[in-house]
Amino acid sequence: MKINKIKVLREGINSTFQDLGRNNFYHIGLPFSGAMDKRNYLIANQLVGNKHNEAVIEFAYQGPLIKIEVGNINFAISGDIKFNIKKNGKLIIGDCYKNYNLSKNDEVDIVSTNNSVYGYFAVSGGFDLKKNFGSFSTHVRSNVGANNGNKIQKNEQFFIKDFKENYSNKSLKYMNSKIEYIRILKGTNFDYFFEQSIKEFTSKEFLVTKLSDRMGMRLQGPKITNLKETNIRSEGLIKGVIQVPADGNPIIMLSDHGTIGGYPKIGVVVSADYDRLVQIPSGKKIKFKFIELKEAEKLYKLYQMETENLLSQI
Amino acid sequence: MIKNISNLGDAALYCDFGNDVNQKTNTKVIRYFENIKYQKIKGINNLIPSYNKLIISFDLNVINFVELKKKIEDINISEKDIKQNHKIIKIPTCCDDEYALDIERLSSKLKLTKKEILEKYLNKKYFCYMTGFIAGMPFLGDIDKKIRLERLETPRVKVPKGAVGITEQFTNIYTFESPGGWNILGSTPIKIFNQKNEKQPILINPGDTVLFYEINKKEYIKLNEN
Repeated sequence: MKINKIKVLREGINSTFQDLGRNNFYHIGLPFSGAMDKRNYLIANQLVGNKHNEAVIEFAYQGPLIKIEVGNINFAISGDIKFNIKKNGKLIIGDCYKNYNLSKNDEVDIVSTNNSVYGYFAVSGGFDLKKNFGSFSTHVRSNVGANNGNKIQKNEQFFIKDFKENYSNKSLKYMNSKIEYIRILKGTNFDYFFEQSIKEFTSKEFLVTKLSDRMGMRLQGPKITNLKETNIRSEGLIKGVIQVPADGNPIIMLSDHGTIGGYPKIGVVVSADYDRLVQIPSGKKIKFKFIELKEAEKLYKLYQMETENLLSQI
Repeated sequence: MIKNISNLGDAALYCDFGNDVNQKTNTKVIRYFENIKYQKIKGINNLIPSYNKLIISFDLNVINFVELKKKIEDINISEKDIKQNHKIIKIPTCCDDEYALDIERLSSKLKLTKKEILEKYLNKKYFCYMTGFIAGMPFLGDIDKKIRLERLETPRVKVPKGAVGITEQFTNIYTFESPGGWNILGSTPIKIFNQKNEKQPILINPGDTVLFYEINKKEYIKLNEN
């Protein structure tokens, strides 16, 4: 077997290994985790000919600087990302949604995301990692997942599993669509809130604050006032739930959220809009729109069809 | 036994067992949780039991709200479905001042001495209502009425791993360093969540009984697994 190895020269921001996530462990306090933007995750793997649950490197705002230490790799980057490649000492401006071949001493410098949060770095064959609780996905807070449940650190080296090197060039024409408003369903404590607050919740804009991460998106806007109680008995949470604590600033639960929480739930983001929601960077504003369950289900079918259609084009 | 099933978003069921927080209601939740888990219904991704609710998340590609709601409503839970293998777990706890971060606050607010608080707290049987928030964290109760106190006004940014805390009728163990607002009265050297042991990662499961007993600092250091 040929050995292929990469070295991390700069770790980037919140760089972790992620796959499709982890099911069946919420009852012990382990959330779903997994790639935040599922569609871009799937596309990255497809571009390098991997199975759909292979681990990739997810990064936020800035990605790692990677050097090929031993052997060759074939990689692709998905998202809206600025990156450079140093190949045989020559600098190439990288294109997303396209695969590249690199050899020993070549480098990939993932400079930044453009007006978005997450990007994905996938390699043909996949990284040689150990699963934990059925998934590679890293949940840093409980030290669970690949790389001993830790973020990717500077100077760490990772092996790449064997891959067919006579690959064909693959690419995809894809623009990450922006969204005007996030569609939501009524939460289980919808009636806790003042009519006026509900009105403001759906008509005013909310700022995505810097305190947002893989656990949650903290918003600031008109104070959402609670009629009834500011706390409920702690109960289970799922990703997409919008909780409103006593200070009136909504928090949206994201993939690494705590599994139990005690704030009233005003709404839940529909599954079809989740990928686009997580890509809204801090400093940007978002708007919400309530829809009905049937419509949300239809939107999800459409989202799923679009994703499958994109994957089939690669 | 489920009072109402509604949707939580487009990919989860919200099963409401009422507003009461007591062992009777919670035992019903745990019974449903264990039964549904055992049945391995296609499309279910996760079950999250809590005091009086059960949230069931599902894969929208496999099943939808109406279909799964019907399946859950059709479940017949009888007395013999109760799993009887719940354990009693004894947790060594050091309550020396350096670990009992909020003992003075408890003492002044409850108007009890440290000794009185610990007498009322230690060596009592507590029921595990649920596990979660952070991996392996058990929510236990009910503690003596005389030592019940609300959360800290300003939660700590970092509660140390192993911290044992109380608030209202409940007590818990911080299985990882985490933000939190419970009143800390000790620390346990025992590892409650072990990510290396995938078959049995958590020490305390919903339905188990937990008892805290006091150890001194020497024993604490000797036992330290964190």
